[in-house]
Amino acid sequence: MKKNVFARIFNFYYDGFRNLSPVGKSLWIIILIKLFIIFAILKLFFFPNFLNTNFDSDEERSDHVIEQLTKPN
Amino acid sequence: MEIDYALVDWSRLQFAVTAMYHWIFVPLTLGLAFIIAIMESIYVRTGDPEWKRITKFWMTLFGINFAIGVATGIILEFEFGTNWSNYSWFVGDIFGAPLAIEGIMAFFMESTFIAIMFFGWNKVGKKFHLASTWLVAIGASLSALWILVANAWMQYPVGMRFNPVTARNEMMDFWEILFSPVAVNKFLHTITSGYVLAAIFVIGISAWYLLKKRHTLFAKRSIVVAAVFGLIMSLMNIHAGDESARQIADKQPMKFAAMEGLYDGQKNAPLIAIGVLKKVNPDKENINEHEFAFSIEIPNLLSYMAFMEADAYVPGIKNLIHGYTDNNGKLKLSYPERMERGRIAITTLHDYKEAKNNAQSSKDNEMVKMSYMEKADSLEALFSNQEWVDNYFAYFGYGYYDDPKDLIPSIPISFYSFHVMVILAGYFLLIFVLALINVLNGKLERRKWILWAAILGIPLVYIAQQAGWVLTEVGRQPWVIQDLMPTVAAVTKNSVGNVQITFWLFVATFTILLIAELKIMLTQIKKGPKEGGQ
Repeated sequence: MKKNVFARIFNFYYDGFRNLSPVGKSLWIIILIKLFIIFAILKLFFFPNFLNTNFDSDEERSDHVIEQLTKPN
Repeated sequence: MEIDYALVDWSRLQFAVTAMYHWIFVPLTLGLAFIIAIMESIYVRTGDPEWKRITKFWMTLFGINFAIGVATGIILEFEFGTNWSNYSWFVGDIFGAPLAIEGIMAFFMESTFIAIMFFGWNKVGKKFHLASTWLVAIGASLSALWILVANAWMQYPVGMRFNPVTARNEMMDFWEILFSPVAVNKFLHTITSGYVLAAIFVIGISAWYLLKKRHTLFAKRSIVVAAVFGLIMSLMNIHAGDESARQIADKQPMKFAAMEGLYDGQKNAPLIAIGVLKKVNPDKENINEHEFAFSIEIPNLLSYMAFMEADAYVPGIKNLIHGYTDNNGKLKLSYPERMERGRIAITTLHDYKEAKNNAQSSKDNEMVKMSYMEKADSLEALFSNQEWVDNYFAYFGYGYYDDPKDLIPSIPISFYSFHVMVILAGYFLLIFVLALINVLNGKLERRKWILWAAILGIPLVYIAQQAGWVLTEVGRQPWVIQDLMPTVAAVTKNSVGNVQITFWLFVATFTILLIAELKIMLTQIKKGPKEGGQ
């Protein structure tokens, strides 16, 4: 009997990951380490969104940016 | 505005290094996907297992490059939010919409069909697999479209209007942004440069196999596909580059003058084919800091390249600063005049905001409140008045400067990056022609100098790619958005120490990743393709 489409898609990916070549495995390890560094370290601790972190509303953000852009010398 | 140049320079350096690192991977992904798709098409058509072997080998190298490069661009978006917050806010949905489309497209097109490309051999039909490979290739180039549209808008901002209430640019016409001549040409020039890079990559590695007398049939077939593809794309790339020169001459004349080191404008302007700049004592205006120690010129070519007429006038840096009359008899404003108009635009924004705040704070006095409201409304209306926008807001960014000299980009960086890119484009074209002729007449293996030249092409093609972007971005300094926002206004007022920490953290992490890629890539190349097309 033919399995439903979701089960077939799941099996397709499952088999693909189970049968990764050695180079494929190394690459996935690198991808996971990289994504961890990018999102769990760089984004979280070093790259906060300045306007979202320091201001609560869009109005405050636009006020801040206008103030920055129009500050006299 | 208080300007902390150390902060601006470190933020710029960080962004530049991130973008350059990201661009090591992108062009190979763009081009190799198409070369693989062509190879697989030949396999499906002929049923010859050697073509399957060829396809799978290059697909492995594609996978390595894709895996190491994926998500490196996301750091650029982090930097927008952290270090360039004024800019991120100011550009509003002009950046947001294209990048959102890119994200969705990249996710669905690439992640779905790349999985079929790698996991789908022997599991899906040959034609379905081939279609997936083509869709990966098309999807990769289309997802590059959106970020290039956003970059083109920064070079030539069209289809938007600045809203002083929100301090953001709002999209008026999506199609004007998407089909702006700069966007269309930038897309074509950039993606074809990626296709040229991939073709040189394939020919260079195949040339190494021929020198080692390994996988000879594999190498020759790879060279035929890559050389034909590379030759066609190289011609398209040069054509788009030529068109790009005209657009720069028209829309970013300072960048055009800088990339040719042209201080004094002239008719029948020659193109400097090769030149060496030297520093000189500037004149009393302190503008001309360089002249040519040595140069080979091609008469009239710069005028022709810029305006399609050999006797057209090309303005130099001094003319741009002092103002000049262009080839259509139109007077171009001097930089001091632009600065004055920019200051008026900035003051108008300041006064509008002040009037609005005063209206809000004078709740008890209705008359005073009304008068502030009226003032705010009349100033707000100016930002919707096209004549005022063209005469004042169009020069908004100039208002941050007092000295026109600060509006000149680095002449040596602009000049050398442009000439390195152009000379190398000629080198790659020659490689494609020589490789194709000699592989077809069976003499390529004996002509070792061509094979070595092809191998040398690999580092050179990466240098050409980076040089192209350096010209694009350094040549338009100090602008983040042409004429509207300079880097000094775009940057977040962070501590410079924070930027330095993240800069070195980024450099350390991604140098390790780059070493990992090179190691894995070189190991696979040394191993070579597997036998039997499996």
